[in-house]
Amino acid sequence: MSDRVKVALYWCASCGGCEEAVVDLAEELIRLSNSLEIVFWPVAVDFKKSDVEAMPDSSIDISFINGGIRLTEHEEVVKLLRRKSKLVVAFGSCAHGGGVPGLANMYSRDEILRYAYIEAPTVINSEGALPKELSGGVGGELELPKVLKLLKPLDEVVDVDFYIPGCAPTPDVIKKSLETLLSGKLPPKGSVLGASSKSLCDECDLNKTKPEKILLKDIKRVHQVRLDLSKCYLSQGVICLGPVTRGGCGTLCVKGGMPCTGCFGPLDNVSDYGARALSFLASVIDYDDEVQAEKFIEEYIPDPVGWFYRYNLPKSLIKGRYQRQGGGVHG
Amino acid sequence: MSDVRIGVYVCHCGKNIGGVINPAKVAEHAGKLPNVVISRDYVYMCSSPGQLLIEEDIKKYNLNRVIVAACSPRMHEPTFQGVLKRAGLNPWLLQMVNVREHDTWVHENVPEKAEEKAKDLVAAAVARAAHLYEINTVRAPVVKSAVVIGGGIAGIRASLDLANAGIKVYLIEKKQSIGGKMAQLDKTFPTLDCSQCILTPLMVDVSRHPNIEIYAYSEVVDVSGSAGDFKVKVRLKPTYVDWSKCTGCGACVEKCPGRAPKEFDEGLGVRKAIYFEFPQAVPRRPVIDTEHCLWFTKGICKVCEKVCPVGAIDYKQVERYVELNVGAIVVAIGYELYDLSKLSEYGYGKFKNVISGLQLERLSSADGPTRGKILRPSDGKEPKTVGIVLCAGSRDENHVKYCCRFGCAAAIKHVYYIKHALPDAKVLVFYTDVRAFGKGYEEFYQKFRSEENVFFIRGRPAEIFEGRDGSLIFDVYDSNTNQLINVRADLVVLEGAVVPPKDWEPLRRILKVSCDPGGFALELHPKLRPFETTSDGIFLAGAIQGPKDIPDTVAHAAAAAASAIGFLAKGYVESVPYLAVVNEDLCSGCSLCVPICPYGAISVSEKEGKRVAKVDVIKCKGCGACAATCPSGAMQQNYFTDKQVLSEVVVLAGGAK
Ligand SMILES: Cc1cc2nc3c(=O)[nH]c(=O)nc-3n(C[C@H](O)[C@H](O)[C@H](O)COP(=O)(O)OP(=O)(O)OC[C@H]3O[C@@H](n4cnc5c(N)ncnc54)[C@H](O)[C@@H]3O)c2cc1C
Repeated sequence: MSDRVKVALYWCASCGGCEEAVVDLAEELIRLSNSLEIVFWPVAVDFKKSDVEAMPDSSIDISFINGGIRLTEHEEVVKLLRRKSKLVVAFGSCAHGGGVPGLANMYSRDEILRYAYIEAPTVINSEGALPKELSGGVGGELELPKVLKLLKPLDEVVDVDFYIPGCAPTPDVIKKSLETLLSGKLPPKGSVLGASSKSLCDECDLNKTKPEKILLKDIKRVHQVRLDLSKCYLSQGVICLGPVTRGGCGTLCVKGGMPCTGCFGPLDNVSDYGARALSFLASVIDYDDEVQAEKFIEEYIPDPVGWFYRYNLPKSLIKGRYQRQGGGVHG
Repeated sequence: MSDVRIGVYVCHCGKNIGGVINPAKVAEHAGKLPNVVISRDYVYMCSSPGQLLIEEDIKKYNLNRVIVAACSPRMHEPTFQGVLKRAGLNPWLLQMVNVREHDTWVHENVPEKAEEKAKDLVAAAVARAAHLYEINTVRAPVVKSAVVIGGGIAGIRASLDLANAGIKVYLIEKKQSIGGKMAQLDKTFPTLDCSQCILTPLMVDVSRHPNIEIYAYSEVVDVSGSAGDFKVKVRLKPTYVDWSKCTGCGACVEKCPGRAPKEFDEGLGVRKAIYFEFPQAVPRRPVIDTEHCLWFTKGICKVCEKVCPVGAIDYKQVERYVELNVGAIVVAIGYELYDLSKLSEYGYGKFKNVISGLQLERLSSADGPTRGKILRPSDGKEPKTVGIVLCAGSRDENHVKYCCRFGCAAAIKHVYYIKHALPDAKVLVFYTDVRAFGKGYEEFYQKFRSEENVFFIRGRPAEIFEGRDGSLIFDVYDSNTNQLINVRADLVVLEGAVVPPKDWEPLRRILKVSCDPGGFALELHPKLRPFETTSDGIFLAGAIQGPKDIPDTVAHAAAAAASAIGFLAKGYVESVPYLAVVNEDLCSGCSLCVPICPYGAISVSEKEGKRVAKVDVIKCKGCGACAATCPSGAMQQNYFTDKQVLSEVVVLAGGAK
C-alpha cells in the first residue's frame, strides 16, 4: 500500500472541467488507482484541510492544482499543499496561465463584485448587499474568504514544478503527463508535460492544404462562413490560433469544425502569447496603408483581449487592465 | 555558459563622454558584474593604443566576449570587430554600448544620472553578451552578366557601358525597336541638335556590340533567384515574322494593303499592318499587327508571305519564353505621358487641334506624318496662332502633384519649332513658373522669350471651346498683368504630365522594388544612392526613377551601370550577419513567415515528412520581420535573438527601479 504514489488534487478558481477531465480518464483511472493513492481531493473524496495540515511536510508526492488564484482561501490551501508536497503540478489552463476567469483582470475587484451581486440583469438585490468577510448567520458568525484584487496564475503564488496544459487537459495529455511523472525520469523543472514542443499546425492534417501565402482582406467568425473542413481554416479567413499555440491536443477542435482558440498556451520560446498572436495576425492582414489596417482592426477585432489572451491574460506582460489603487481605470 | 569571459572597455571619447561622466567609475561598476574578467577605461578606445589594449587583453585574459562602451555602432562597430578578428575571435562576439549619443550627448546637464544610465546600459550589455554566439557569413558567386529592361536612351547607355566593361548584357525592350521617347523627338533642347542624329549611332552600336543581345518585342514575366544569381524569365511576343530569316528589306511593308494609325507618330500618321516601328528601327525587323492584318481579320491577302524573298513570314508563330541567368538587373523602362483626355477642360481627344507635345515633335520631324511641316490636324492648314500650355496635369492636386522637369524646356523648344517653321506665327505660352534650371536652359529661355510675336503668359487656360472652323477659344487670367485675356488659337499644344509606365506596377512586384508616392521606382537613398534599390543587384536608370531630361537620364544611366559593374566585378555576394535562422525542431511549418518577408527569402518545404520554413541566406537582409511574426519562436534573428534582447530588457527594467 505504502509504495503507491501519494497524490492530492485541488481546485481553485475554475469551472470544474478539469475535475471532469480526471473523471474522463474512465477505466484508466481504475488502472491508475493501483499505483496512486489519493490523499486529498475535495470534489470526490472526503478529506478535510485539517487532514492535510496533519501530514508531515513533503509527504505528498504530487499535488495537482487546477484553477486560478482568486480568493485568500486559494492562496492558503495551495501554500499548504506546496509545503506538504514534493512536486506541485499546475493542472489546466487556469492554473497555468489564468484561464478564462483571468479575463476578469480587465476589471477591478469592486467592479466585478458590484456587477455580479447588484447590476447583473438577473440579480435582485435591493439592499445592495455585497459579500463580507464576516457575516452573522443563523448558525453564528461565518467567515468568508476574501476576493483578491487580481486573479493570479498558480506560479505567482507558489513554486510550480510542472504544467499540464489545456482547457481542459485531454485524457491523452493527462495520461502522458502521469506516465512522465511516474517514470521517475523527470524533465527539467518548469516543463509543460504531455504536449508537443511545436505549434499545433505541426500535427494538424490541414497544414498541408495551407497556401504559402495567406493574405486576408477580412476576417470571418465561424457562424458567418460555411467552413470547408478539409482546408486550413486560416486560409478561409477564420482566425485559427493553431500557429501560436502549443500542440498536443490532437487538433480536437479543428477536427470538430472549430478553429483553435489557444488553450494549450504559448510555446517555450514565447513569453507573451497574445502579443505573438497579434503579430502573427498582423502578418496575414492584406493592407499596406495604416488607415485601412486600422479600419480592419476596428471592424474585425472588437475584443482583442478576449480573442488573443483568452487563456493567459494574467500571465501576459500586460497582466490585465492597468489598475490604479482603489479601483479600475476607465476610458 | 559557465565559460563566458567578458572584457569591458569604457571610452572617454575625449571630453564627449569623459567630460560628462566618469568612465573609470563605469568600468569599476562593470568589473563587479557576472562573467566580467577585466574592465578598463581609456581616453580614445578607437585609437591604435586603445585597440591594442583590447587586443592584448583578449589574449592575456583569454576573453571570449568584448564590450566597448563608446559611440554609436554605426561609427566604430567595424573598427572594434577588426580588433576581435586580429585577436582570433569571431567579430560578432563584440557588443557595443552607445554611451555617447544615447547618454552623455543627451544628458549633459544631469551628469550623475547619466553615469547611472551608463552603468545600466553596460550591465544590460553584460547580460546580453552571455548569449552572443559566433556568426559566419556565407558567400555566393556572382554571374557576370546583366539584364537591362527598357531600351530608351537610359537602357542604351547602361547597356553600352556594361558591355564595354566586358559584361554580357541582355537588353529587353517591349516595343519592336529600341530608342524610347528620344527616337520620337525632332530636336533636343537646349542645343537643338537633331535627336535621331545623336541617338541612332548609339542604337547601331548596341546592335553590333558582341556583348549585347537584344530581346525586342519582349517583356520580363518573372524573376527568381537572388542578387548575383537572378533567373529572369522573358516572354518573346509573336511577331509573325521569323526574325532570324528576315533581312529587313521592307518588301512586305511596301506591298501590304492593311492600314492602321501609326503609334510612333502618336496616332497622327498611318502605317501598314506589317510595319517597322520607324525607319531607323533597331533591330530593323517588321511585326504583323493582327488587329489590322487582312489575313488575321478576314483570312485573305497573304501578300507579305508572297513577296518575302526569304520566306520569313510565319502566321502560326506563337509566343516563346527564355530564361536568362544574370547577376544584376538594370531597370530603365522610362516614363509615360499622362492621359491628357482626363483634363476634360482642354478637350484633348475631342478637339482635333488640341495636341500633345510629343505629337508636335512628330509634326516637326522630317520623317513625321507631315514631313516636318507644322500643320493643323483638322484641315492641314498652317496655324497662325499657337497656344502652348505648360503643366498640363502636372503640379495639380487633381492630377499629378509633382513637376515633370522637362515640360518648360520642351515648351521653349516648341516655340522654336513653330517660329522656325512658321516665322509669322504668333505663339502664346501659358506657364505656371518657367523652370529653366539645366545647364544652358536659362539662356535658351531668354533667347526665345524675346522673339517677336512670342508671349509668355502666367496663367492656365480655363475651359477650351472649339470654333466652327476648328480654332480654339478660351480665356486665360494673366496673373502678371491682372488681366483676363480672350484667346483664339488655331493649334493648342499641351505639355503633359509624366507618369510611370503602366506595366511598371506588375514589373515592380516581380522585382520587389518599392515606389514613391508618384509611383516611380524608389531609390535606396534620394541623395546618396539614387540609382540603387532596396533590392540588392537591382539598379535604376533614367526616368523610371522620376522624370528626367536626356542629360540627367544619361548621367543617371551611366552611374547605374557603374554601380552594377562594381557589384558584378566584386565576384561574390555575401549574406548579412543578421540572418534569420530557423530552429527546425520548433518550426511547425505554419507558413506565416512567408508573406511577411519583404525580400521573398522564405519558403516552406517538406523535410522528412514535415513542413519547415527555409531561409535563402543571400536574399535575407536581416530585417527581423519573420522573427517578430513567428508564432512559435522558431525563427530567430542572428545577433537579435529573443534571448539576447530580453536579457537586456530584463536588466534595464530591473535597473530602472
Ligand atoms: C514632348 C517631349 C519633348 C522632350 N524633349 C526633350 C529634349 O529636347 N531634351 C531632353 O533632354 N529631353 C527631352 N524630353 C525628355 C526625354 O524624353 C526623356 O529624358 C528620355 O526619353 C528618358 O529616357 P528613358 O530611357 O529613361 O525613358 P524612355 O525614353 O521612356 O524609354 C523607355 C524604354 O523602355 C521601354 N519599356 C517600357 N516598359 C517596358 C517594359 N515593361 N519592358 C521592356 N521595355 C519597356 C519603352 O518602350 C522605351 O523604349 C522630352 C520629352 C517629351 C515628352
